[in-house]
Amino acid sequence: MFGRLTWAAIPFDQPVVMIASGTVGFVIFCVLALVTAKGWWPYLWREWITSVDHKRIGVMYIFLALLMLVRGFSDAMLMRSQLALAAGHAQGYLPPEHYDQIFSAHGTIMIFFVAMPFVVGLMNFVLPLQLGVRDVAFPVLNSVSFWLTAAGVLLVNASLVVGEFARAGWLAYPPLSEIAYSPGVGVDYYLWSLQISGLGTLLSGINLLTTILKLRAPGMGYRQMPIFCWTALASNLLIVASFPILTATFAMLLLDRYAGFHFFTNDLGGNPMMYINLIWSWGHPEVYILILPAFGVFSEVVATFSGKPLFGRRSMVMATMVICVLSFLVWLHHFFTMGAGADVNAFFGVMTMIIAVPTGVKIFNWLFTLYGGRIRFTVPIYWAVGFMVTFVIGGMTGVLMAIPPADFVLHNSLFLIAHFHNVAIGGVVFGVMAGISYWFPKAFGFTLNERLGKAVFWCWFFGFYLAFMPLYVLGLMGATRRMQHYSNMHWQPLMLVALAGAILILLGIALTGVQLAVSIRQRERNRDVTGDPWNGRTLEWSTPSPPPAWNFSLLPQVDRVDAFWAKKQQQGNAQDRNLKRTYEAIQVPRNNPTGFFLAFFAVLLGFSLIWRIWWGAGLGILGAIVICLMQAWRTDGEIEVPAEKVAAFERLHGLKEGAV
Amino acid sequence: MHAASPDRTSSEVTRTPSASAMWLRAISMTGGAVLMASCNEGVLDPHGPVGKAERVILYDSTAIMLAVVIPVIVLTLVFAWWFRARNSRARYRPDWEYSGRIEMIIWSIPALVILFLGGIAWTGSHDLDPPVPLEDSTAPLDIEVISFDWRWLFIYPHEGIASLNRLVVPVGVPLRFRLTSTTVMNSFFVPQLGSQIYAMPNMVTRLNLKADQPGTFEGLSAMFSGDGFSDMRFDLVSTDAEAFKDWVNTTKKQGGDLDATAIEELSKPVRAEGVRTYAGVSEGLFDRVSSGHMAAVSPQRGQ
Repeated sequence: MFGRLTWAAIPFDQPVVMIASGTVGFVIFCVLALVTAKGWWPYLWREWITSVDHKRIGVMYIFLALLMLVRGFSDAMLMRSQLALAAGHAQGYLPPEHYDQIFSAHGTIMIFFVAMPFVVGLMNFVLPLQLGVRDVAFPVLNSVSFWLTAAGVLLVNASLVVGEFARAGWLAYPPLSEIAYSPGVGVDYYLWSLQISGLGTLLSGINLLTTILKLRAPGMGYRQMPIFCWTALASNLLIVASFPILTATFAMLLLDRYAGFHFFTNDLGGNPMMYINLIWSWGHPEVYILILPAFGVFSEVVATFSGKPLFGRRSMVMATMVICVLSFLVWLHHFFTMGAGADVNAFFGVMTMIIAVPTGVKIFNWLFTLYGGRIRFTVPIYWAVGFMVTFVIGGMTGVLMAIPPADFVLHNSLFLIAHFHNVAIGGVVFGVMAGISYWFPKAFGFTLNERLGKAVFWCWFFGFYLAFMPLYVLGLMGATRRMQHYSNMHWQPLMLVALAGAILILLGIALTGVQLAVSIRQRERNRDVTGDPWNGRTLEWSTPSPPPAWNFSLLPQVDRVDAFWAKKQQQGNAQDRNLKRTYEAIQVPRNNPTGFFLAFFAVLLGFSLIWRIWWGAGLGILGAIVICLMQAWRTDGEIEVPAEKVAAFERLHGLKEGAV
Repeated sequence: MHAASPDRTSSEVTRTPSASAMWLRAISMTGGAVLMASCNEGVLDPHGPVGKAERVILYDSTAIMLAVVIPVIVLTLVFAWWFRARNSRARYRPDWEYSGRIEMIIWSIPALVILFLGGIAWTGSHDLDPPVPLEDSTAPLDIEVISFDWRWLFIYPHEGIASLNRLVVPVGVPLRFRLTSTTVMNSFFVPQLGSQIYAMPNMVTRLNLKADQPGTFEGLSAMFSGDGFSDMRFDLVSTDAEAFKDWVNTTKKQGGDLDATAIEELSKPVRAEGVRTYAGVSEGLFDRVSSGHMAAVSPQRGQ
């Protein structure tokens, strides 16, 4: 009846797991009870769960990513504290069976359920506003994408309580991830949650790509498009090109595990090396899917707070697109030590280094954007400068490892771990944090507390250096990744420093929570009534904060880069909103629960497949098909906002402006 | 390089790790002391020509890149500081967004650096390609390496002996490795000798190394291979030719033979197993394992 699912799947004998999941369960219960008691369900259902507004969906993505950051960071704390203890003959407090799940979950969650939703969430929120349009190309599909990601999140976290998670690393290399070596449900949890959320990511990529290519404000050609949109274009091109590879690779591994196929097994002609090639031909573009939008954020932030246009915009666009293409030609540098031979290794080494050229150009462009500026030191510019200083170090160690003979001694070491955290934290996390503090007032209508924001930055900045510089040294000393204990006592002091760094980052994450709470309390004081709190340059700042459901009451006319800035210069900051304007009725998409219901059936399907509950899987597929059919035959997709309502909104906004 | 093992054990025993002492130690070690320690072990303290050549590459390329990276970091901080909004002496250029001359320089600098480093990468890949034999007048010693869950087996085909979890080699003799796995992938790595290479089931990879000083060097698997991975370590002991000959002769006189039964025995997953030797090795054993013609491949691992 329930496949492999029995009471034994719940780890009653592991106190750490039971306490952790018990606490999480209790918190979830309290939140649900509060929502029920306060009668917030109709509001949540109407305004968030069934919303197809790209701004709401973007915010939900980022909320989800923040939640998962806490989960993924708990894993990091467990790992750092284990390694601080497990030196010499000590084994620490986490046995390998448990430790292996933790580092696998940490990597999986941080990449797929923290970094991805952060970046996709930012793109979702910002793109239509910067492009001067009213929504993404396919609003309902957008909601489906989000809820499929959420379904993946739910499955990954279910593995904490019911069963186990993968013990094969975040990319689940076969043959270790094959049924012969990982007979449990851990790898199945990994594969199904990523298949479901990967589908969501692909759909989101198609959606945002179509939006950029097909929906832009009148007059906005590619030459007038803001730089963040360019980086998002590159990122979404990469999503559309690379996620199908991931899905296909996982599908083959699933066939191996479920149906006795031999794509990657040791026997009957299977070849694990093929998996490693395939997974990295998704995996390397993935790196740029994450970092390119972060580069876009920095470009916007540096230009805005320097009070001048981005230096060398054409170079920047060219560099972005060069990186976009080259990112598909470097995957082999993840396994120089697999014995490919000198020519192949050398080719991929050189190709990898070539990516450093456009990346270096970008750094110089930001540098010369700062030059001659009048820099206002707000929180986003802290992150941007911190990024420039930190990222060049990560770039340097990356190029170092791109030299095959250097990689022969650094591969799989803690040096590698330090390198990719250097670019992932120093690049992606800093970029997302800059983006969140930059666009928060646009989303919610008030700015975040600056003092606490700067405290968060310093915690992350010094925390990063404390946590990962020792790892560079440890890697050179011969310490390898994924070890659960080590005999060399010389390593322990550095492991303790790394733990101290992790604790500092933990403080930074906690302060983000405090910052949010304090900022919400002070919201009246920090209200953004102009819609343009930073003296911005791009179109999102030309509409009120938060923008109405239709974003722009009148679609903006664009004839150049930084259109909003140019308009402000021409009018000497006098708003043309006082001018007599005529509004027309606007079509906005109606709320739609398709995404939520699809996610429900996707979870049912995934969970059933993981536990081999075949009737549940059938029910999940059937339900999903029925939901899709109902969506396909719906009659009314849009509601009309009458012209008077639009005009009333604009008047109200104008009045508020006049009052200040 | 690690001191001889008795010293290490005694130092481990005498340490009393109280929490505050550890923190104090951690903080005091951060500066130069740590860098010193890192230079005295691992890949920055090589004891063979391969590792030494790789260290040269590490140092050279880091130096070349630092020549750009340090100025960039300094300029970032200087520009950000000087052009702060409150500095009335800084000249604000609100419309400055292009300079052909600067553009040319900022494309050339990284391009030139990469031209240099690309050259290093290309020649380095060829000179230090793991399967290429080292140029040496001495005849190489053949060693066959098989990874199990979670142990390393070293076969000396010409000597007809085998050793588990301990690799004894003569100083100054090129070592010619062939590697395979009976189980999942592993990576054979002795940091102080240089290059690592994957050991993979049904496949043979090759690696050439040399120890040019006597000593005991830590070896490990650098590729995660499951629950017993952390204990998948071995010592590489390099001794003079005489001592090596003695070791071979002693080994031939004790322990059982390495045959199909022994391989089957080794294929059962075991964590943290000790050192063992085999007095005889059946002919062509490595080839049978690496071609998948032995029962050893693909055992079911228990939960």
